[in-house]
Amino acid sequence: MSAAPTSPNIVIIGAGPAGVRAAQTLVEAGLRPIVIDENRRAGGQIYRQPPTGFVRSKKELYGFEAAKAEALHSSFERLRPAIDYRPDTLVWNCMPGQPGQLDLLHAQRHAEQPYTHLILCTGALDRVMPFPGWTLPGVYTLGAAQVALKAQGCVLDGRVAVAGSGPLLYLLASQYAKAGANVVAVLDTARFAGKLRALPALLRQPVTLAKGLYFMGWLRARGIPLLAGVEQLAATGKQRIQNLRWTRGGKTSEIACDALATGFGLRSETQLAELAGCRFVFDELNQQWLPQRDDAGRSSVPGVYLAGDGSGIAGADAAELSGRAAALALLQDLGLPSSKTESRQLAQTLRSNLHFRQGLETAFPTAVHWARHCDDDLVICRCEEITAGQLRRSVQQEGTVEINRLKALTRVGMGRCQGRVCGAAAAEILAHATGVSVAEAGRLRAQAPVKPIPVSAALAAEEQT
Amino acid sequence: MSLLKRVAGQERASVSFRLDGKTLYARAGDSVLTAVLTQADQLRRTEFSGAPRAGFCLIGCCQDCWMRSEDGQSVRACTTEIAEGMRLLSGTVAVAGDSSGDAA
Amino acid sequence: MSKTINEVIDTDVAIIGGGLMGTSAALELRRQQRSVVVLEQGWCGAQASGVNYGGVRRQGRAACQLPLSQRAHAIWRRLAQTIGSDGEYIASGHLKLARSDADMQELIAYRDMAAAYGLELELLASDALRRRYPWIGEQARGASLCAEDGHANPRLIAAAFARAAEQAGAQLLQQSAVEDCSFDGNYFVLHNSRGVRMRSRFLLNCSGAWGKEIAERFGETVSEQAIYPNMCVTEPLPPLMNLSLGVVGGAFYARQVERGNVVLGGGRGIGNLALDATRPCASSSFKALAALTEMVPALRNALVIRTWSGVEGETPDHQPVIGPSATTPGLLHAFGFSGAGFQLAPAVGEVLAELVTKGESSTPIEAFSIKRFAASLIQEESKV
Repeated sequence: MSAAPTSPNIVIIGAGPAGVRAAQTLVEAGLRPIVIDENRRAGGQIYRQPPTGFVRSKKELYGFEAAKAEALHSSFERLRPAIDYRPDTLVWNCMPGQPGQLDLLHAQRHAEQPYTHLILCTGALDRVMPFPGWTLPGVYTLGAAQVALKAQGCVLDGRVAVAGSGPLLYLLASQYAKAGANVVAVLDTARFAGKLRALPALLRQPVTLAKGLYFMGWLRARGIPLLAGVEQLAATGKQRIQNLRWTRGGKTSEIACDALATGFGLRSETQLAELAGCRFVFDELNQQWLPQRDDAGRSSVPGVYLAGDGSGIAGADAAELSGRAAALALLQDLGLPSSKTESRQLAQTLRSNLHFRQGLETAFPTAVHWARHCDDDLVICRCEEITAGQLRRSVQQEGTVEINRLKALTRVGMGRCQGRVCGAAAAEILAHATGVSVAEAGRLRAQAPVKPIPVSAALAAEEQT
Repeated sequence: MSLLKRVAGQERASVSFRLDGKTLYARAGDSVLTAVLTQADQLRRTEFSGAPRAGFCLIGCCQDCWMRSEDGQSVRACTTEIAEGMRLLSGTVAVAGDSSGDAA
Repeated sequence: MSKTINEVIDTDVAIIGGGLMGTSAALELRRQQRSVVVLEQGWCGAQASGVNYGGVRRQGRAACQLPLSQRAHAIWRRLAQTIGSDGEYIASGHLKLARSDADMQELIAYRDMAAAYGLELELLASDALRRRYPWIGEQARGASLCAEDGHANPRLIAAAFARAAEQAGAQLLQQSAVEDCSFDGNYFVLHNSRGVRMRSRFLLNCSGAWGKEIAERFGETVSEQAIYPNMCVTEPLPPLMNLSLGVVGGAFYARQVERGNVVLGGGRGIGNLALDATRPCASSSFKALAALTEMVPALRNALVIRTWSGVEGETPDHQPVIGPSATTPGLLHAFGFSGAGFQLAPAVGEVLAELVTKGESSTPIEAFSIKRFAASLIQEESKV
């Protein structure tokens, strides 16, 4: 690492568990980082806070995690005078350099922010597997259903089906039922056998495992049907979802419903890491291209650090630890005092957390074969309404083998979300159609702006110059 | 018909806004998405097939909840707080030349 | 067809560069029954050919380009027959706006000059302009309309030419950079990055921003630098701009595609000649957006969803290098189109094929000769 600059300009992107603990670590060392967050209030997703003025108890909002949420939020409040906090601010571009430059959007105005060091804590989004009817009104991600409850005091209306995979399935269903939603079924694409196989790994985090079992038990006790080994989900309806169909053990069933919460684990948000110049590697466990990161959270770019779910899914507890670990690494690299022992311990804890994650993957495997079986008319790209058939035709007729080429020729990933939602699914379709691995299909290149920016912000910027 | 049901926070101050020309009421602190979907079941129509959409991720990632206001501005419903007097439209003019516009 | 003898591909024509110049030449050469191998370091059409603005435009070109441009225009009109797909080509019209009286004078002078080349332009004063195109802002003093100019989707066009060439029997080697190329007195001998060797009677240097690098291997004197055009695109919007738009001075150029997105170019990004190493600049995007919305106020409410840049080769006089080598018989160049190659490409392919099969072209290309660089160097040196 190069010698410490005279005045480092450290920017932390994301004020969730990772970003908050990273900021805290730097403040404790006497530094004053800039902390930029898209949301109005700190906490990220899992500890998302309702708008100010909408007061609810921590227990009501966060259940078992109330104490952790309280600890995180009050830590951040204590930090605020010591940091340069920029809420409600989108980082839409990152240009590496000496110094690097961030392009920001706040209150419809553009601003630039130079940086010498970055800690990227950009979090994650639900991983989505497209199925017929997934674009209908009333179909939301598991994360969305949670945010509606946590941050807005609402549940999905009417009869709510919950379908997908992963521990969030049961957590969400029970939170919803507790809050007064009408949960009519919980459909798990994972099989019970997989969960049994995963038990040894899951037992590494007995408290987490116990919580999962608790939720399942609680739901069962209320007579809410829990079905495992579900396949071929299909939602139907005219203006909105009215029916959910599935198969299980060769038999097709259906249930009338008014809403569906769905998700299959999480996917890291990596666009800024890519724009910052980080090297990416295909991660088998996450089935995603992720920025390469060492045990402490250093990326391949000097001065750029990674923490939290934004560079590999590991959960909120691990995010707090990795935020601290990344900040400690940054302090070491600046030649400032920081405990190497603590760094080592954190690395060890995070490594053992990985085993638990592997267990989760065994219990809730990614359904990779859906791409082989889906109909040609299944919409893969929500924004541009590009179907699986269009992607397959490009492979057959144009010999397309790489995903950016597929994007150029079919428009998949060219919409407002820039491939955030459809990118994984498109890669899986491409992989199956060409017979290569998902890794070999490539990844959609990140392009600025990482989220849409209004032309008016550009005009305001020009007026300033 | 609505897509969201309130289970908390009914005591917050009332905020009035317009949706497709009709005056409606929401609560202070509601996102535009919450304000609309607690009393309607659509935020927009896609430009290509005209299919109805009502958001998806609720955390500002999927970009499927962009609404237009009557003065032509774009509003991302899940990350924008509802404000007094907002005039929103829940249908989008289809690009293929169909100017029938607004949703039912 | 090319033959492989002792693992050396023996072909009539080898083409370095699988962009539009190379693939349109390959297609035309196949029509003339010549065997063709195209070597492309990345994917065909992924550089300037695929990321450019997509303007299919004659208006605004220098006089020396107009014969070539008119020849290309005739091919564009029957493009679907030539390459089997239309690549979203629309002869929507191209409107070049004047923002001042001086701009308007420039447009009038150009109209008069272009008439001699059979290019008909209609001048519109500000009232007439806004009556016909009410979405144009009040800052416009007037415009020049070329009714049959238009635009197309460069990604689709480049891919379609490559496919057509391949279907016609050209061998396209992608992910296949040229490591070594030389002339042994009779044949051109090439090795690519995958260990494939080939020899040919003719070599076409269609390598875009890398054109100078290839040319210099044959002792040519040429000036070319890489430039990185800055591009943005908006979300899909209701139909508004029914033709391709430009402005005197080039501050921006914009078109609305059928799906509704507005594609906008203007200014420069940054980069280098490594593949995938270009980046757009926020400041360039902002300047172009400001210039655009001054002329099209309704776009103030749009969202920008993506920006990009790409590599193009630019020469000091902004004219391409087309024609025979100054040093080596059988070597032909077509590169350095300085951001204006897209519309010309189909005609450039025909011209290159003519140079191979007949030794001369029916379209005047003297102004594009590579010899002009050595000549200007001599001029410079003689001044010292």
